[in-house]
Amino acid sequence: MIELNDVTKRYGSTVAVDGLSFQVRPGEVTGFLGPNGSGKSTTMRMIVSLDAPTSGTVTVDGRPYRDLRFPLRHVGALLEAKAIHPGRSARDHLRWLAESNAISRRRVDEVLEQVGLAEVADRRSGGFSLGMGQRLGIATALLGDPATLLLDEPVNGLDPEGIKWIRQLLRSLAAEGRSVMVSSHLMSEMALTADRLVVIGRGRLITEGTVADVVGQASTGSVRVDTPEPERLRSLLVRAGNTVSTEVDGALVVTGTTARDVGILAGDAGITLYELSPQSASLEEAFMELTRDAAEYTTGAAA
Amino acid sequence: MTATTIPTTTLTADAVPSTMRVFTANVRAEWTKLRSVRSTVWTLLATVGLAVGFGALIGASQMSSWDNLDAAERLRFDPTSFSLSGLFLAQLAVGVLGVLIVTSEYATGQIRATFGATPQRLTVLAAKATTFTGVVLATGLVASFSAFFVGQAIFASKGLDASIGDPGVLRAVFGGALYLTGIGLLGVGVGTLLRRTAGATAGLVGLLFIVPIVTGFLPSSFQETIGKYLPAQAGMAIFNVIPDPRALTPWVGLAVLLAYGAIALAAGAATVTRRDA
Repeated sequence: MIELNDVTKRYGSTVAVDGLSFQVRPGEVTGFLGPNGSGKSTTMRMIVSLDAPTSGTVTVDGRPYRDLRFPLRHVGALLEAKAIHPGRSARDHLRWLAESNAISRRRVDEVLEQVGLAEVADRRSGGFSLGMGQRLGIATALLGDPATLLLDEPVNGLDPEGIKWIRQLLRSLAAEGRSVMVSSHLMSEMALTADRLVVIGRGRLITEGTVADVVGQASTGSVRVDTPEPERLRSLLVRAGNTVSTEVDGALVVTGTTARDVGILAGDAGITLYELSPQSASLEEAFMELTRDAAEYTTGAAA
Repeated sequence: MTATTIPTTTLTADAVPSTMRVFTANVRAEWTKLRSVRSTVWTLLATVGLAVGFGALIGASQMSSWDNLDAAERLRFDPTSFSLSGLFLAQLAVGVLGVLIVTSEYATGQIRATFGATPQRLTVLAAKATTFTGVVLATGLVASFSAFFVGQAIFASKGLDASIGDPGVLRAVFGGALYLTGIGLLGVGVGTLLRRTAGATAGLVGLLFIVPIVTGFLPSSFQETIGKYLPAQAGMAIFNVIPDPRALTPWVGLAVLLAYGAIALAAGAATVTRRDA
């Protein structure tokens, strides 16, 4: 369980995180979304006390991270792949981490096995690929068998098989009752993995909720309509105040209305329809829409 | 899966680990860190090599010119102190190692893994300094005693060799190891304060090798008052068996060096808890 309460982080005059509050709950995968530079990594670093918030509180299981003794047993974090000396082997890296938190040596072998690095565990990590570095980072996070996991862009550099593996791993960790927080710029990935989403832009919370809620909130809902009389229907729709665009196959896409209203309008005018289908925004589109609003808001506020 | 396992519940049932337990766990971790990087071993071997090698070289050259020395110079010859002169170079290896055990963590990003695993940053710093002290003290004993015995073997050609049992000799040779430890800790402190390898190494080398040269250009009254209080010059007083009127007394000198180390570590400790990692 992670709780942020009105957290602000300033670097000089730059506000990286601005009054952010949200929770990461047990038994769920919480997707943490935001464009580059929106304050995701800063937020995650504050959760594990690497950076101190300028104001507000961050707690893990009700306590500030810096008050935790042997915190790897409570929180496992992957904040950047390869936070490791290149001359040290993966096994030695995990070994010192385990020792620092009084975790058994056997556990090191277990997580190496679990992330698929057992065979290269004794090689210098400097020669690791991005994907291997990422797997080592995940091994680090799992080391203390923690109830809370915090993963910043875990699928970065992984091949499709690795991505699938991460997805299943995160789902199973949440199913075991753990709190899982994952940041990613791959929205489609979040749709498959996350239960809830926390969306931030410019350090501020834009929205949070279930994946369906967040997609629903985005106002890009549109209707696709195919007809033998596109020009006539278009002018009727435009007159009714809708925005209309034409697809490559000649069908119209109408935004700002519902399939029902388009159907009534066409029926009243006696226009034949071949197809009338509501288009729900993809997570990607919802995300773009939501964060664009944030950017506009910020610009407007500054003016 | 029906059974939900939340591992923390079993753990919080345990008593919260004491600061001492966190410290000893981190000493073990720091020992593994030191041991598992090849450059540590090389640096420690270099420390012994420089101490013995340069000590032997300078000792041999002194013996070859012995017959040309005047009476006053012969009287000042301190076989113990002279045999330990290689430590002046060996300190570079130990000091840089002290810098690197901190700055290499910042350079590689590993410091975030370290402070993530143990957010009690002062405990981490204490564990680092303690582990490093143990390793450098052990290496320093090997370096200092080896340099002493090799040196005496060379001086024996002129019958000038000191015995380890002579008054003050054991203190001086043991002091050689303490000297290297003090320099190493100064390195750890400077490394923690500056965080960058280049800057911290330059700072340490400047303090040990450049500042003494610069003070050499000062008027002699300044030289005499300031010079002996510089870290290396103060610390090397512990090597003297024949009292040197220009230097501090042995234990005071060593204490001054250790004070430099303590101040650097305290300054590092003050900044390490305040800054973002």
